[in-house]
Amino acid sequence: MLDQTEGYTTADGRQIGPVLLDLRGITLRFGGVEAIKNISFDIRQGEIRAIIGPNGAGKSSMLNVISGFYVPQDGEVWFRGHKRGPMKPYEVARLGIARTFQNIALFDGMSVLDNIMTGRLNKMKSGFISQAIWWGRAEAEEIANREQVERIIDFLEIQNIRKTPVGRLPYGLKKRVELARALAAEPRLLLLDEPMAGMNVEEKEDMSRFILDVNDEFGTTIALIEHDMGVVMDLSDRVVVMDYGRKIGDGTPAEVRGNQEVIDAYLGVSHD
Amino acid sequence: MFYREAGDFKTSYRDDGQSFPIKLDRYGYYAILAVAAVVVPFAINDYWANAVLLPFLIYAIAAIGLNILVGYAGQVSLGTGGFMAVGAYAVYKLMTSFPEISIVIHILLAGGITALVGIAFGLPSLRIKGFYLAVATLAAQFFLVWLFNKVPWFYNYSASGQINAPERTVLGWAVTGPAATPSAKYLICLAFVVLLAWVARNLTRGMVGRKWMAIRDMDIAAEIIGVNPLTAKLTAFGVSSFFIGVAGALLFAVYLGAAEVTEAFGINKSFLILFMVIIGGLGSIFGSFAGAAFLVLLPVLLKNLLVGGLGWPTNLAAHIELMIVGALIIFFLIVEPHGLARLWQLVKEKLRLWPFPH
Repeated sequence: MLDQTEGYTTADGRQIGPVLLDLRGITLRFGGVEAIKNISFDIRQGEIRAIIGPNGAGKSSMLNVISGFYVPQDGEVWFRGHKRGPMKPYEVARLGIARTFQNIALFDGMSVLDNIMTGRLNKMKSGFISQAIWWGRAEAEEIANREQVERIIDFLEIQNIRKTPVGRLPYGLKKRVELARALAAEPRLLLLDEPMAGMNVEEKEDMSRFILDVNDEFGTTIALIEHDMGVVMDLSDRVVVMDYGRKIGDGTPAEVRGNQEVIDAYLGVSHD
Repeated sequence: MFYREAGDFKTSYRDDGQSFPIKLDRYGYYAILAVAAVVVPFAINDYWANAVLLPFLIYAIAAIGLNILVGYAGQVSLGTGGFMAVGAYAVYKLMTSFPEISIVIHILLAGGITALVGIAFGLPSLRIKGFYLAVATLAAQFFLVWLFNKVPWFYNYSASGQINAPERTVLGWAVTGPAATPSAKYLICLAFVVLLAWVARNLTRGMVGRKWMAIRDMDIAAEIIGVNPLTAKLTAFGVSSFFIGVAGALLFAVYLGAAEVTEAFGINKSFLILFMVIIGGLGSIFGSFAGAAFLVLLPVLLKNLLVGGLGWPTNLAAHIELMIVGALIIFFLIVEPHGLARLWQLVKEKLRLWPFPH
């Protein structure tokens, strides 16, 4: 096991920092069903951390615990060295945790630009009156944040659709806009729930490149859930494997691939 | 052919973010403002003011207010009539209690009081949505009307139970009471419309508006991105009620002059404003104006056509008029469920390409 404060160097030579998010003994129940059973793992600064497992393993529940949708019955969530009490999702957003959803959750009635601008709402401080008369701080802030958003639009190559209502976009672009909205918040920790679900090979390659670029350019720590094993093994620095709410593996992609329990979970075990 | 954006380049984000990004729209808007402020006051007479312009302007304010709540923030409300009554009774109490203070301040204060009442009745929206919220606001409608009927303090213990607007002046011109001229009444309403429409536009294009729309479109995602649903919904109720309260105050003090709560601010009024918003277009300020114009002008036009043009008896015309208005509402909703604002947008998109098909 690694120490809390010390980092490590990845196979491709990136320096990973100390622990950013630490989950200790998380247990989550829905009535009689234990969705997550006593799971502990950490996510380190600058790391791409994958959570994998068969359907119903509790991966999305885990993400929902981190982003504040579910409050676990047992266990502690530590973020940046502080223990986090029970929090509302919008309070978690203020800590610097952003996420995307498995089935896209964009604001369909708004343009791409407005969707991404919404991601910056915690950066904007102008008061109600100032916004009502659109004078001074409100306008200056709007323009300054627009510049930031344009940078992200450039980065994700969606300049040509910035004024299009999101409802009219095809699936792959919606996923990209959702990533842009999460990035606009300049998160410390970015949670991606199946960013490549339902995409073709080309779109997957694009998305993988964006994820790596985000990590590389902004130094954003990323935790992602993904089913495509090829993608997971290529992208991630460390992998957590879950099955039936339990953690059955944790380590580098190579370690996980060799883990007998993981192989059993994915391929099944013969009962003879 | 003439409606083009080509060549109208934006070189700063400020230019790109303005309310009317296309030059022709901008000049059209200034032209309409100039005509409304300079030409109309001289041309106006009693009939035009009372039948068309005053109700149009006042209902436009109420429609913008309700549109903020329903169209932008996605919270259904059937309590508009009740909130207009709050504005009306608040301005009446203020006018009679502090006669030395300007009525403009009274009207704004009445809006503020209505905002507080609106926020109080908006509290259930944190727990309930959709039809259930509509029913909860319906309760507000009936409760408020009942309250203003039952508690004599609100109508200053007058024998008839009515409230009557005393004469008040702005810059020496009477705007309320029997001595007020049509142009003075028109100008004070116009001033409030222009000011409030501008405020509504500013709020909806900035972060406040984005929070409302985020809650409307997908409340879970809104919360995950950092929108506090409590403040977003309650500000929507507050701002919306402020507009509706100002509209109620103007309706009573400037337009009607005297009002009885069940008659002037009953459930019919709630539905009238809601129809304006739906026909005009949810989530559009232009749509609020279009919807108000449609529902104010259409009966007047039909009456002129049927009684004046065809010589029908008045009572028959009145019934036919109701049927035609109802049929037209259904027709418009089938043709374009997103309202007149969307129709207007489609026309503009076509105009942009005209005379070429693509």
